This record gives sequence, C-alpha cells and structure tokens, in this order.
Amino acid sequence: MPKGPADIAASRPLSPHLTIYRPMLTMMMSIVHRITGSALYFGLLLVAWWLIATAAGPAAYGKFQGFIDSIIGRLFLLGYIWALIHHGLGGVRHLIWDTGRGFGPNEREWLTAATLVGSIGITLLLAIAALTFGGTR
Amino acid sequence: MVELTLPKNSKITEGKTWPHADGAKREREFRVYRWNPDDGANPRVDTFYVDLDHCGSMVLDALIWIKSNIDPSLTFRRSCREGVCGSCSMNIDGVNTLACTRTMDEVKHETVRIYPLPHMPVVKDLVPDLTNFYAQYASIKPYLQTETPAPQKEWKQSHEDRTKLDGLYECILCACCTTSCPSYWWNGDRYLGPAALLAAARWIKDTRDEATGERLDYLEDPFRLYRCHTIMNCSKACPKGLNPAKEIAEVKKMLVERQV
Repeated sequence: MPKGPADIAASRPLSPHLTIYRPMLTMMMSIVHRITGSALYFGLLLVAWWLIATAAGPAAYGKFQGFIDSIIGRLFLLGYIWALIHHGLGGVRHLIWDTGRGFGPNEREWLTAATLVGSIGITLLLAIAALTFGGTR
Repeated sequence: MVELTLPKNSKITEGKTWPHADGAKREREFRVYRWNPDDGANPRVDTFYVDLDHCGSMVLDALIWIKSNIDPSLTFRRSCREGVCGSCSMNIDGVNTLACTRTMDEVKHETVRIYPLPHMPVVKDLVPDLTNFYAQYASIKPYLQTETPAPQKEWKQSHEDRTKLDGLYECILCACCTTSCPSYWWNGDRYLGPAALLAAARWIKDTRDEATGERLDYLEDPFRLYRCHTIMNCSKACPKGLNPAKEIAEVKKMLVERQV
C-alpha cells in the first residue's frame, strides 16, 4: 500500500534531546532542585524514625543511634542536610526570580552558582561544627 | 510526560563516513543527523570532512558546502543567511542557534555536531515539523485586538509606550528557545513554550491593545504558562539575545498583581 501523508507523519522520528543538549548550569540545577525535593521526602522518613525512637524509649533509640553512627548513617545524614539546605536556597533563588529580578545573563548564572556553593559550604560548616562541638561520647 | 529515552524508531544508528574532498589541506570534521522518510531506516549520524579553504566561515556555509560538494541530498532550511528569517535554527555543538550566525570558530569542540531542534518530529535530516509550534503561536492571537472604533489614520503610540515593546518585537520565531526547554520537551502538547509566551507578552504590553484581560485569562492555566520552571535554556539559546524567561516571569507577576 502506498504511503499517505498521515503514514509519513506517524513514522517521523523524534529528534534527540536530553542526550545531545549541552548541560547548562541553570538546567542542571533545576534538575538537582527536583531531585533534592524528592530526596527530602525520603529523608523525612529518617526524621520520623528519629522521633518515633525518642518516644519509644532507650532500646529503640539505641537502634537509631547505632544506624546514624555508622558510616552509611552518617552519609545519609550528610546527604539529607545538604539536600535540605540546597533545596531551601533553591527556593530563595526561585523567589527572587518570581519578583522578576535576576534574569540578566550574568545574574542568573551568579545566582545559580551561589546556591550550589552556598549549600555545599553551609553543609561542610555544619559537619565541621558537629564534629568539633557535637560529640562528647 | 517525561520520557528520557527516544522511541524505537528514533534511536540513532551509526552513519556513513563520506570521503574527503580532493586536495583539501585544512579540514574540519562534521557529524550531522540524517533521516530519510523514504528508506524506512532509523536516523543516523553521518561524518563529513569540510574543506575550510573553499568554504565560508559560518556553520551554514559548511552545510551548503557539504550539499554542493559531497551529498546533495542533505536537507536543511535556510534563507536569509543573516539571522533575520530564523529558518536555519538547529542544534549546533549542543546548543540551539542559527547556523547562519554561528561561526565555526565559535564551536569549541574539534568535531562540529549538528542535530535538528530537539524533541521535535523530523521531516527530513535537519528539518523539524513546526506545525504545533506555529499553532501555539496562533493561539495567543498575535495581532492587535481593539474595541474602540478604528481611528481615521493609524493607532497612535507615544515613544515611551513604544519602548515597552523593545526586547519583544524582535523575535523571529526560529523556535530555538521553545525547543531548548526541557519543560516543553515533556509537555509540548499543553505548555505554550517560551516563543509563544514571549509573543503573548508582546501583545499584553502593547498599550494600543484592548484585550489584555482576555490574553491574561488565556494564559492563566497550570500548563499553558505555569510549566515554565525558570530553567533558562530559552534565554541562553535565543540567537537574537532576547530574554523569554524574564518576560514569562513578568506575565506571571501581572497575573498575581491583577488579583490584588
């Protein structure tokens, strides 16, 4: 059967997108904002566990402490703290953009880089502070 | 919907490497997306070697050189060759731009990679189907709407009001911005995209237009306008240096302001 215009239109391939587009800072950070947003949801399970463990008594709390003191637990906590701060700073950036400011070619790059540097910086400071002043055990 | 991988018929296969030109001394490697509706095969990426001593300095010059000297079936749109018509928009070295205003020197990678505008149905090679893009532009009613009787001569506008259209009226509808937007990739059927929204802003801000309310009503929709997540690819891609992301933000602001 000869090909009609409708057949040809249906057979048209979709041009490549994500795999060929140059990773732009603002685009990547938009993706990271989404990822941290969903990570926070799962991180909240950690907070819930902590609260339940505190309410349930020393034995349950010991289990939680055992997990959070392990390497994996520590990494989990560090990741959660970073995601929280990063998503928070990202929110501030979006709030600035919502007012119509910060759209210039340099401003938008600067703002985006600042949230990344800021979130990593604050997380490291918190980690150092926790290690220095936190544990007396 | 978000679909990270390409459909089966769109997966890119290894293409053909075309022979070097006779006696070429300075060459540049080009990898160009190809798809022919007549052979039933999947898209492929062909390799060409462009003779820089017999070719102009723009990416469009190289494509024309390939068409004239290597493969006459290479298909792409072009017309004005000076960034006015918006025909030769394509993805060059990972960014959407016009082939006619992008010099080969600006391409940092040694190999120049050329694809059609992203996430669009391909008509042939570098020619995308822009039907939906134009329909979305038409949907924002890109013309003056008035209720007061037409004046005897023209609709007058002060110099000051006219400057409000700067940064808006220059759009050439090349679709570089709209097809650079990941949000448009996933929701192009319902999200209007940066180009149509910039055009909408152009008519909303026009002081002669009397349909501002209706225009804003049309945009007040979770998909048409609010799929913009300030990803900014649009503003970085625009070959005319316009800022669709900023204009969209201003439309969002107007929608909030009219509620207070």
